[in-house]
Amino acid sequence: MSGCACSVVGLGLVIACLAGPASADVKIAFIDPLSGGGAATGILAQKTHQFYIDAINAAGGLNGEKLELLPFDNKVNPQESLIQLKRALDEGARYVVQGNGSSVALAITDAVQKHNERNPGKEVVFLNYAAVDPALTNEKCNFWHFRFDADADMKMAAMTDVIARDAKIQRVYLINQDYSFGKAVAVAASRMLAQKRPDIKVVGDELHPLQKVNDFSPYVAKIKAAGADTVITGNWSNDMVLLIKAGKDSGLKVVWETYYGGSPGAVTAIGEAGVDTLKQVSEWHRNATPELDATVAAFSKRFPGKENEYTYWRAKTMWEMFAAAAKKAQSNDPVKVARALEGMKMTTSLGEVEMRADNHQLLQPLFVSTLSRNVKYDSEDSGLGWKSDAKVEGKATALPTTCRMERPK
Amino acid sequence: MLELVTISLLNGVVYGLLLFMLSSGLTLIFSMMGVLNFAHASVFMLGAYLSYQCGRWIGFWPALIVAPLLCALAGAVIERYGLRRVHASGHMAEILFTFGLAYVIEELVTMAWGRNAVANNVPSVIDFPLFHVFGSTFPAYKGLMMAMSIAMFVFLYVALRKTRIGLVIQAALTHPRMLSALGHDVPGIFVLVFAIGSGLAGLGGVIGGFMLLTQPTLAQAIGPIVFVVVVVGGLGSLGGALVASLLIGILQTFAVAVDYSLLDLLRTAGIAVARASPIYEVLSIKLATAAPIVPYLMLVLMLIVRPRGLFGTRDV
Repeated sequence: MSGCACSVVGLGLVIACLAGPASADVKIAFIDPLSGGGAATGILAQKTHQFYIDAINAAGGLNGEKLELLPFDNKVNPQESLIQLKRALDEGARYVVQGNGSSVALAITDAVQKHNERNPGKEVVFLNYAAVDPALTNEKCNFWHFRFDADADMKMAAMTDVIARDAKIQRVYLINQDYSFGKAVAVAASRMLAQKRPDIKVVGDELHPLQKVNDFSPYVAKIKAAGADTVITGNWSNDMVLLIKAGKDSGLKVVWETYYGGSPGAVTAIGEAGVDTLKQVSEWHRNATPELDATVAAFSKRFPGKENEYTYWRAKTMWEMFAAAAKKAQSNDPVKVARALEGMKMTTSLGEVEMRADNHQLLQPLFVSTLSRNVKYDSEDSGLGWKSDAKVEGKATALPTTCRMERPK
Repeated sequence: MLELVTISLLNGVVYGLLLFMLSSGLTLIFSMMGVLNFAHASVFMLGAYLSYQCGRWIGFWPALIVAPLLCALAGAVIERYGLRRVHASGHMAEILFTFGLAYVIEELVTMAWGRNAVANNVPSVIDFPLFHVFGSTFPAYKGLMMAMSIAMFVFLYVALRKTRIGLVIQAALTHPRMLSALGHDVPGIFVLVFAIGSGLAGLGGVIGGFMLLTQPTLAQAIGPIVFVVVVVGGLGSLGGALVASLLIGILQTFAVAVDYSLLDLLRTAGIAVARASPIYEVLSIKLATAAPIVPYLMLVLMLIVRPRGLFGTRDV
C-alpha cells in the first residue's frame, strides 16, 4: 500500500498528464512534540501548517494533487524522532516538516540524507521551520534540508547591531540552555560583541540544563551580583518564562535581549515590568505591518483563543514558496521541487525573501522589537505588544557559510 | 560576596520551604497509610489550577481556602472509591493505581484548561516587595509561602504527636485490627488522612503555582524532586522531610552560584589535566551547570550509605 503510494507520487506528473488528476495525495510528515513539555508549541505549529496546507488544497492543490499532513509525536527526542521518521516513510511521506529542537533536526537531516542515498527515486525533502542551530546550514548542511527560520547567528547579528548602537549597554550577561542551540547562541554573542563593541564586558556566560530548572532565582542572584545591565538569552518555552518571572520577582533591572521573548506566556509572566526592557528578534510580530495581515485574522477566526495566538509567520512563507516551487517544477517530485526551491525569490508583505542556493537558508527580513504599552495589536490580551526598534532586510542578514553540498545528478 | 551568599541563602530557604510544602502531604500519607502516592504532585498541580479558577470567580483569599478543600474532597473520593479497593491487592497495586491516576489528572487538567500555561498571576493583595536586601526585592507572596510552609509543619507535628486523634491515626497503621476492635472507624481514618494529605498538596499548589508555571506539565516537573526529599529525609519522617527540603534547596542554590569545576579543584591541588585527555570535558563542567543534578546525586548517595534516610526509622 505505502510503496504503491510512493511510486504513484514519484510518477505523479506523468500519470497526471496521461490520465487526468491523480488520486494519490502528497503526504507530508509533521514530526514534532505533540505531548509532554513541548506540546503547546508543537500543536500550535501543527495547526498553522494545517491551515496553510488547507489553503493550498482549497486553491486546487499542488499541480492538481491534494496535500495531506500526517502528524507524528516525537516528544522532542532525537531517537524517538528517527522511529517516527521511519514510520512516516513507511506511510509514504515524501516531505518532512520539523522545527522544535535543533538536536532533533540534526538527527533528522542526517537520517534523510542516508535514506535518500540508499533509495534513489524515493527521495525525501526536509522542511525545517524552526530549528536554528547554524550547523544545519553550515558543516552539517545537505541538499535535502531547507531552513525557513533565520539561524541563531543571523538573529544574533541583528540583535548585536542594535546593541552596538546603544551606548548605555556596558555589561552583558549570557544565560542559555545547555545544548547545541544554547551553546551556539552564547558563542555567537561573545564573538559578535567583541567585534562590534569591544568596550562591552561579558560579565557572565551561564549554561543551565534544558527545561529542567523550576526556580531561576539563584541565576538571577548571580546576574545581579555580576552587575549586568543587559541579559542575552536564547531560552525558549518554560525556560524563558520562568527566567523573566524570577527576574521580575527580585526586582532585577536589566534589558532582556531574547530570541523568544514572544514565547507563549512570557508577556503574561513579565507584564508591566517588561515594558521597554523585554526585546526579541523575530521574522514577524503583530505590529510589524501597520495593519494585521489577512492570514493572521483568518487563522485566529479558525483557531480562536489565547493559546492559538498566531506565531509562525515563517510557515506562511514556507508553504507559499513550496507551492510556488512545485508550480515552477511542474511536478510534486521532491527532487524537482528541491531544485526549484534553490535560489527562489519571492516578495511578501514584509519584504524580499530568498532561499539561498548555496546552503538552503532562507533570507527574510528580521525585526528587533520591544514590549511596549501603546501598540495597535497587543499580545496575550495583556494590553502590551511588540513595537519594532529596527528592521533588517533579508539580504542584509546573509552570513558566510561553510556549506559544501553535493547535489543529485 | 556577602551579597551573593545572603541572597543565595534566602533563595535556598524559599526553595526548600516550597519543597517542604510539596512533600509534607506525601510524607503524611506515607507514614500513616504506607502508600507511596505518585499522584501527589498532580494534586499539587490541581490545587494551583483550582486556585487560579476560584481566584477569578471569588477572589484570592476565599480561593486560598476553597481550593485546598476541593483537593481534600478529591483526595477523600480517591481513597474511598479507588485506593481502598486496590488496597486489597497489595502495595504494588496501590503504587500502580496512583501512578495511573497522575496521568488521568494531567489529562483532565489539559482538557479543562488547555496545554498552555494559564495566567496564574500573583494577586495584587500580595504582589508587593516585602523587603529589600542589597537592592534586590523579596516579593510578599514568597513570604506568605514561607509562613504557610512552617505553619504546615507545626500543624502536622502538633496534630500527630500531641492530640488524641493523632495517636489514633498512628495506631491505625500499626494496629488496625486492635483499633477497630476498640470501636474506632479505621477506614474512616484512612479517608481522613488521605484527604488531609491531598488538602496540604492543594494548599501548596495555591502558592506554588505563583512561583512555578501553572500548566499540565507542572506535576512532571516537580514530581521527581519530591521523592528525593522524602527518601533523603527518611520515608515517613516529617522532621526529616523539613530538614531534607531545606538541605536540598540551599545546596542546589549555592551550587548554581559556584563557577568552579573539578578541573579547578585539581589545579589547586597541583594536578594538571591535559586538554587532550578524554576526561577533560567531564572535569571542566562547572558546578553551576551541574546544580540541578545535585539533589539526585544526594538521593543515590543516601540510598547507598544510609537507605533509611536522615531521620527514617525503616529502610526504603
